[in-house]
Amino acid sequence: MNWKFGDNINTDLITPGRYNITTDPRELAKACFIEYRPEFSKQVKAGDFVIAGENFGCGSSRETAPVSLKHSNIRAVIAKSYARIFFRNAINLGLLCMIADTDGIDESDELELDVAAQVLRNRTKGIEISIKIPSMMLRLYQEGGIIPYLKKHGLSALTDLEKF
Amino acid sequence: MGQTLAEKIFSRHCGKTVHAGDFILADLDLVMAHDTTCAWALEPFYQIATKVFDPKKIFIPFDHAFPSPNVAMSKLQAEIRKFAEEQGIPISFEGVCHQVMSERLINPGDLVLGADSHSPTGGGVGALTIGVGSTDAAIAMATGKAWFRVPETIRIDITGQLPRGSYSKDVVLAVAREMGADGANYRVIEYGGETVEQFNVPARLTLTNMSAEMGAKAAIVAPDQQTSAYLQENDRLIAFDALRSDADARFERVLRFDVSNLKPMIACPPDIDNDVPVEEVQAEKVVVDQVFIGSCTNCRIDDLEVVYRMWKGRRLKEGLRVIVTPASRKVYLQALQRGYVEEFMKMGAVVSSPGCGPCLGRAGGVLYDNEVCVSTSNRNFEGRMGSPKARIFLASPATAAASALTGYITDPRPFVN
Ligand code: SF4
Repeated sequence: MNWKFGDNINTDLITPGRYNITTDPRELAKACFIEYRPEFSKQVKAGDFVIAGENFGCGSSRETAPVSLKHSNIRAVIAKSYARIFFRNAINLGLLCMIADTDGIDESDELELDVAAQVLRNRTKGIEISIKIPSMMLRLYQEGGIIPYLKKHGLSALTDLEKF
Repeated sequence: MGQTLAEKIFSRHCGKTVHAGDFILADLDLVMAHDTTCAWALEPFYQIATKVFDPKKIFIPFDHAFPSPNVAMSKLQAEIRKFAEEQGIPISFEGVCHQVMSERLINPGDLVLGADSHSPTGGGVGALTIGVGSTDAAIAMATGKAWFRVPETIRIDITGQLPRGSYSKDVVLAVAREMGADGANYRVIEYGGETVEQFNVPARLTLTNMSAEMGAKAAIVAPDQQTSAYLQENDRLIAFDALRSDADARFERVLRFDVSNLKPMIACPPDIDNDVPVEEVQAEKVVVDQVFIGSCTNCRIDDLEVVYRMWKGRRLKEGLRVIVTPASRKVYLQALQRGYVEEFMKMGAVVSSPGCGPCLGRAGGVLYDNEVCVSTSNRNFEGRMGSPKARIFLASPATAAASALTGYITDPRPFVN
């Protein structure tokens, strides 16, 4: 299923500051949307999508927000736009965050993501939505994040990032 | 083509001439990670390195929850302390990261990475100071480098003499109303104009600090005589290049604000761009439960002087919780020497140790359901200072001080001499 949210979903709504006192990603996944959408962490299933409007992830630099989403095992976040630090953190962590017009997507719609073709098929509504994934995000997603990437290719591989 | 101030600073740190849109790997002058974000940087750091690139260029302050309020936080701090000891990095307990870095560490023209969203604050000293998350901090601690896409700059010109009772906080709230919560997303905001030229660095730090709330990657004021005066006051006699944007630099937008008639402003919950003149809220007689004068936005000595002058000879509203948290040890000591701390405490205010304090709802003034707080900080999201049902109004120290006298949200002008 899809978990649909509005505009300006800030990092305090994703992982409230009071729950940021652990570095265990599984604990954090339990805190994901804990106050804003308490059923999320209990009902979210691997492969679900998080759908949102403008400026998703605004607020603090806390990486706990994308970490908690990533470890909720969602397939991807799809939003109209993202706040800068959240998006950067998502790139680094290998959390797929795509840019698309999300207005027509409902929670019960069955979605199929074709990363290679950069399209999202809404099977319920029988429409295709084009999505944008920056090439650096895609590459680091395939590598499992920037840390696994640097571990595999060495620190000097930092200079290759600009070629992605 | 000319360059913006930000493009010049990026160019100096990557060894080539760059413009907005270029992707670069830049050398950093300073990397900051604090008692929350540093904890998250340790695991990724040790995955890719064993030693930091230069312990002198890494700053680790304990400020977000210090002294530690609970065992879970103590555990994180213990992990960070172990790392810092291993790497030979001293830990700072001197107050809020951005304030301490501005006082002691950030130089004009620097490129600084901070694992904290309000990192743009340091731009008030004429540097590019950029907020990131813990993974970037880990890579930066290991390599001294970070990747960037050189951002476009939005230039904001402020002109006019501020009326009595309005301050740089009111200016930036008026800017935020115009810009919205994502109006500067991915951009650098460059503040200038005669009003900003007259602001001292502490007043400029309030502008740059709040820019994070508009999504800015960085915010900057070109370094000038005010900057050298500030460096001297802080016992730093640093010579710097008077870097500024070229006349033919390309700005994405230029916004102009004339503040000669600006009234004291307040950001109503739960958004930063929900700004109205304080007098409008005053008409609704909003009763206040807690007043917080603190944070990296507004708790420097100039701010406490405003509060002291307004409170002198008056009484705080009976039963109101009034918390004053100086932004740094230096500010605290200045307030002690000037007698402010004694006066505030005699009046019944709580003066707490320098740090973030109640700003992020972790300790020292956490709000309960339906409570109202007037805060001089920068973020009024639901749940920021405790219960998601509490309501946070953001305003200048003067408005906070006036509200502490009356017990409801109050326009400071009648109390400012
Ligand atoms: S004072 Fe508040 S805004 Fe500033 S660094 Fe601390 S928690 Fe963040």
